[in-house]
Amino acid sequence: MSDVFRNKVDITLTVNGEEVEARVPAGRHLIDFLRLDLGLTGAHASCEHGVCGACTVKVDGDAVRGCLMLAAQADGAEVWTIEGMSDTGAIRDLQDAFVTRNALQCGFCTPGMLVACEELLTRDALPERDEIRDYLSGNYCRCTGYEAIVDAVEDVAKARRGLT
Amino acid sequence: MTISFGNPDRPNSYIGKTVPRPNAGRLVEGRGHYVDDMTLPRMVHVVFVRSPFAHARIKGIEAADALAVKGVLRVFTGADIAKVCTPWVAVLAHLKGLKSPPEHAIAVDRACWVGEPVAAVVATSRAAAEDGAALVEVDFYPLPVTGDMMTALDADTPVLHADMGDNLAFRREHHEGDVDAVMAGAHKVVSARFKTARHTGVTLEPRSILVDWNGAEGQLTAWHATQAPHMIQSVLAQHLGLEEGRVRVICGDVGGSYGIKVHVYPDEVATAAIAKIMGRPVKFIADRLESFTTDIHARDHEIRAKIAVDETGKILAFDIDDWTAIGAYSVYPRTSAIEGNQVVNLCGGPYDFSDYRAKTTVVFQNKTPTCQYRAVGHPIAVAVTEGLVDMAAAELGMDPVAIRRRNMYADDCYPVTSPAKMRFEGLSHHASMDTLVALMDYDGLRLEQAEMRAKGIYRGIGIASFIELTNPSPFMYGIGGARISAQDGCTVRMDPDGSLVALSGVTEQGQGTEAMLSQIVAEGVGVSPSRVRVITGDTQVTPYGGGTWASRGAGIGGEAALQAALALKASILEVAASMLQAQAKALDIRDGKVVDADSGAERLALEELGRIVYFRGDTLPKGLPRELVQTRHFITSEYPFAFTNGVQASYLEVDTDTGIVKLLKHWCVEDCGRIINPQLVDEQIRGGIVQGLGGALYEEIHYDAEGQLLNGSMADYLVPMAGEMPDMVIGHVETPTMESTLGAKGAGEAGTAGAPAAVMNAINDALRGLGAQVTEMPFTPERILRALGKIED
Repeated sequence: MSDVFRNKVDITLTVNGEEVEARVPAGRHLIDFLRLDLGLTGAHASCEHGVCGACTVKVDGDAVRGCLMLAAQADGAEVWTIEGMSDTGAIRDLQDAFVTRNALQCGFCTPGMLVACEELLTRDALPERDEIRDYLSGNYCRCTGYEAIVDAVEDVAKARRGLT
Repeated sequence: MTISFGNPDRPNSYIGKTVPRPNAGRLVEGRGHYVDDMTLPRMVHVVFVRSPFAHARIKGIEAADALAVKGVLRVFTGADIAKVCTPWVAVLAHLKGLKSPPEHAIAVDRACWVGEPVAAVVATSRAAAEDGAALVEVDFYPLPVTGDMMTALDADTPVLHADMGDNLAFRREHHEGDVDAVMAGAHKVVSARFKTARHTGVTLEPRSILVDWNGAEGQLTAWHATQAPHMIQSVLAQHLGLEEGRVRVICGDVGGSYGIKVHVYPDEVATAAIAKIMGRPVKFIADRLESFTTDIHARDHEIRAKIAVDETGKILAFDIDDWTAIGAYSVYPRTSAIEGNQVVNLCGGPYDFSDYRAKTTVVFQNKTPTCQYRAVGHPIAVAVTEGLVDMAAAELGMDPVAIRRRNMYADDCYPVTSPAKMRFEGLSHHASMDTLVALMDYDGLRLEQAEMRAKGIYRGIGIASFIELTNPSPFMYGIGGARISAQDGCTVRMDPDGSLVALSGVTEQGQGTEAMLSQIVAEGVGVSPSRVRVITGDTQVTPYGGGTWASRGAGIGGEAALQAALALKASILEVAASMLQAQAKALDIRDGKVVDADSGAERLALEELGRIVYFRGDTLPKGLPRELVQTRHFITSEYPFAFTNGVQASYLEVDTDTGIVKLLKHWCVEDCGRIINPQLVDEQIRGGIVQGLGGALYEEIHYDAEGQLLNGSMADYLVPMAGEMPDMVIGHVETPTMESTLGAKGAGEAGTAGAPAAVMNAINDALRGLGAQVTEMPFTPERILRALGKIED
């Protein structure tokens, strides 16, 4: 490692509403920082190159792949993980709908899936089933076959619009 | 005690209802507890150096540069591990002739597939271990590669394991009747060649194990993402030279399994061996490339098959010649001969015919080992059978539903033994087909198809009937010598507050095992499911059992839970009868209270009974039994397997310019016996269908001629995404097994068993007028365009 390129980076960010200061290796991925350094094990590392979506977390309002972003890039960012989104109750209705519809089996993809679902519902209040399916195609689930997830998102979209 | 399942208004009627899964709430909050979420004091990480060659001699290993990496503690070779860990041979006595050489946890002098572990690097962090692994220098001498399945037994093909004499792992031939004579005299004989692609499970949680050796206690503890904790306990004990009782396997949340996590993997055993050598916790988590190169593969089959029919569409005979290549070793301890064996057992399954010949040829090659993956052998057997039935129908000008109705076993003919010598206790092919035809409005759909065809749009309808093997007895593995339990147990206890704890030998990987057990125990004792805590996946805590595989959780584990719950209920009522000066048989337990059985009037809350038994036992008569804990085990005894049946239908559209298939809708009617939780059964079937659709349309592991795996990432190996999948309509017929009070059979594999055949038949239905036919999975745009003659190079 050359002296010019520092291999440790100091970062300050907000994670789940709490300020975090850390010195991280330059190569540390955001998902590893959250899981290994902060003990936030809700989001998971799975494909490790941005395909499956199991590591999806919310960064500055967007659903982001934790395995494609470095922790150093999150300096100054506002990060929310499933733990924080659960604590605030921000997606309680979505979580309840997932349980009611059994839109999860093993649960490994679920935290990332929920972040993606919430982003869709924020951007499109009443998506069609095809739109839900397209939007969630960056989040793999090997257990459910997806239909129950689509049902759950549809239920929440309608309920939030007062349609049920 | 029995339960009047026919009466939906019976008290405590939780069996048959959709109740929420007790573990789902924490999973949606990110409070799952998977192996990689754990960190133990003094824990180190192991990363494996893997063979980049499909076949190579290991001439030397130089680890000095790796050991110089900051954080790297040790480097282990195969010889180092072999000092504490014996090799295994994956054969079973009842699979006559099956052979496989001894396999080491880390290759000692020869690597036989790309990805086989050849050294292990242990470091204080995963990153340091990976850096070290990159610097281990292995002196490989490449050897000739055996890759192709169909030439594996040719005289000029190199023999992979010289001691074995040839590349044949296993061969089985089954003959019933005189197939040659029947074929010679038949009205029509249709033949075809089918291929199913080598694919793998792609669990989102990679294989994971964390092992600690506590020398002071003399105990090895493994936290393991596995489907079969007791089997793993037995294997680790045997090969590390420990008593079984000194090995504890704990299985927390498991992030998908589908059969992938029911096997013994060399790197996982090596991790345990390293923990024993180093005396501290060692964690191994496979990365995604390791998942593709070292998780078991499956379904690599090529089949030449024939069907003979008479003028009326009556099926006279099937003739099946199945070949499969299983990689470099048979997989321990279940072996890699089971899949081919299943093809022999299952072809022709739904149909009443007399003459049957089936052969499977299982060969070695320098690729990743294959073994049991969801619906073992079923998708292959169903595709071959249903493909031939549709082709015969087309030859005769018969409707696909009509030819099946002509040949399926009558619903009132059971018990019956098939030409493959499978014994069916009770199936419902005709009732299931009737339900399917009504659900999908078959005639209406045919009209719609014709209307679309007139507009130049090619839509197809595909039907696939199937049987599914569930609730296996010791005839599956135990009789062959494997220490794999076909029996399972459950302990149910009542605590002072009147709540129940159920400990079960079956395991949870998301199917809803814990929900299923909670509602069975709730009904069996007479409390709300919310008052039942279920504990699974700890060999030191739960009764001994087989775990969850081959769709046995509900049928075997559920019955054990029901019997334990009924026994506990009897114990509780005996105490209550004494306290209330009543006859036990005049009392019942409903919603957590002892009541008069006739009037339903409340007599005693369970928490009051618990208070007296646990804290004021002095007030009860001396000698009164007061065991508020009961254990029961269950094993099937009448039938080797509980067969289920079902039928699926696919409706799809083929773009004849691009070759792209769009799935429009899918139906499945399934008979899994008594349904315990309708929602969980439906979701098992939906998830299974989508795994089958993946095999039909997308999933294929590619190798080059040198045995290099070419698509080892999720970007290159395609699995179904939400946008490509259809909505699925699920229907049921219930034919409970009489082997148990519960009457449940399995439902976990039905979807995967039938979906590929339904899609194949639908594509061929769409293309039939164009003279095109596909039989090689997955049905990619390229294969479809080739069938249409639009690509010819």
